Amino acid sequence: MLITFDHVTKQFEDGTIAVDDVSFSVAKGKLVTLIGPSGCGKTTTMKMINKLISLSSGSITIDGTDISEQDPVELRRNIGYVIQRIGLLPHMTIEENVALVPKLKGWKKEDYQKEVDDLLDLVGLEPSTYKKRYPLELSGGQQQRIGVIRALAGKPPIILMDEPFSALDPISREQLQDELKLLQKNIQKTIVFVTHDMDEALKISDEVIVMKDGCVQQIATPDTLIHQPSNAFVRSFIGEDRVKQAIETTSKRQASSVMLPLTAEVLQESTPRLPDSSPLQEVAKMMLTSKANKIILMAADGEATGWIAKDQLLKELAGIDMEVI
Amino acid sequence: MEHLQVFMDTVVSRQDLLIERTIQHLYLSFIAILIAVGISLPLGIYISRNRKVAEFYIGITAVLQTIPSLALFGFLVPVLGIGSITALVALIIYALLPILRNTYTGITGVDEGIIEAGEGMGMTQRQILWKIQLPLSLPFMMAGVRTATVLTVGVATLATFVGAGGLGDVIWRGLQSWNNSLVLAGAIPVALLALLFDSLLKFVEKKVTPKGIKY
Repeated sequence: MLITFDHVTKQFEDGTIAVDDVSFSVAKGKLVTLIGPSGCGKTTTMKMINKLISLSSGSITIDGTDISEQDPVELRRNIGYVIQRIGLLPHMTIEENVALVPKLKGWKKEDYQKEVDDLLDLVGLEPSTYKKRYPLELSGGQQQRIGVIRALAGKPPIILMDEPFSALDPISREQLQDELKLLQKNIQKTIVFVTHDMDEALKISDEVIVMKDGCVQQIATPDTLIHQPSNAFVRSFIGEDRVKQAIETTSKRQASSVMLPLTAEVLQESTPRLPDSSPLQEVAKMMLTSKANKIILMAADGEATGWIAKDQLLKELAGIDMEVI
Repeated sequence: MEHLQVFMDTVVSRQDLLIERTIQHLYLSFIAILIAVGISLPLGIYISRNRKVAEFYIGITAVLQTIPSLALFGFLVPVLGIGSITALVALIIYALLPILRNTYTGITGVDEGIIEAGEGMGMTQRQILWKIQLPLSLPFMMAGVRTATVLTVGVATLATFVGAGGLGDVIWRGLQSWNNSLVLAGAIPVALLALLFDSLLKFVEKKVTPKGIKY
């Protein structure tokens, strides 16, 4: 599901402009984070997607359909929603909570019961143990796991998450972030995630949208964001330390950590050689000075141990994780 | 022992009167509560969804509550005459506030996060009311009904002054004839009725409290 914001502005009744001429799009199956200091309009931006907040001007389309033409109730049943305060219905069992949207959508009993079991399995909560329990009998971390799978129930293609992990203890938070990342790999939902925690954003996102005072400051992958913050605000929001650290750590990594196994073919060519303990920075310098596309790496005794191609070095330094054909 | 004997004799000799007045008392209290619930619950739900007018309606019932009960019966006589209608109106007026306020507090007290989650999941306003707000505020509403009931059973003794009967008749007769046994024979059933209703409704309150909620 492709979500597109086209010059979206939100002005509240009291005159404050919460979101100011924002345009971006979220590709299908991607996890995009909206981040910024409090009051930057990130939550407002997200809540306009499921029409919990109406927009003042501009348009939001989902897969080409303008949401203003859609019935809010119908729209929301196809968009999962996870909030910071979890919001499980305390008078309903876990099973009833998770089955809520499928039931609203009119699923058959067997279907939604199977869905509940599958989803509980997905987050590692044994269905037979947890189904009949009530939310208050669960720990905070478990409750938010239920919050997440409740949003997945009914198979919505889009999930909105409003600071879902920020009220949890650090250990549960880390766990849930890991689980979400893993989950996202398997289920490929389009997720819009609001947070104010940069570590969280960098860890889980495919793309990060940094906002300030209702305006988008930068849209980039986590790696690009750290390596090339677009302005002083983004740089300071990421944190000077993180920026420097990121550049230093990648360029100082030992060449041996990324080298490929040798092939006879590579060895035959007259390729420049470097010790495999050299930092990637050195490898890059060597490539530039010798205009070579490959570098052979060798151990302290001079024996070749592996090699690095230019493409691969570029990927490593820029932190791009993609297949090169 | 002698006093007890006199009291027992009074009860036995006046048992027809006592039974009749108890039934009258029950009838007055019961009908009054029923109508008060019928007014206050929907009104409470309404004002919880239109909070701007909430203060206004709660204010009215609160003002009505401050009128001394004896005076209220007196005010109503020139308007409605004497009889059970007047007594019922007065009793209903007294029962409104506790039910209305508890309904309002109960519904507006439901965690915003839960409501937001419900909206976000695509529940309609009606579904949010029936599946979230009402079940979660039911214990509060029942507590309001309980308070109102105990209050009404007590105040219903004043119905005698507008000629509506009830156990107040018995008490009043006893007072007029300096017959303490008769006063007690009227007052004790009132207390027992109040206690009975209270424990009965307490039981109902526990029953309607949804599982999974611990207050």
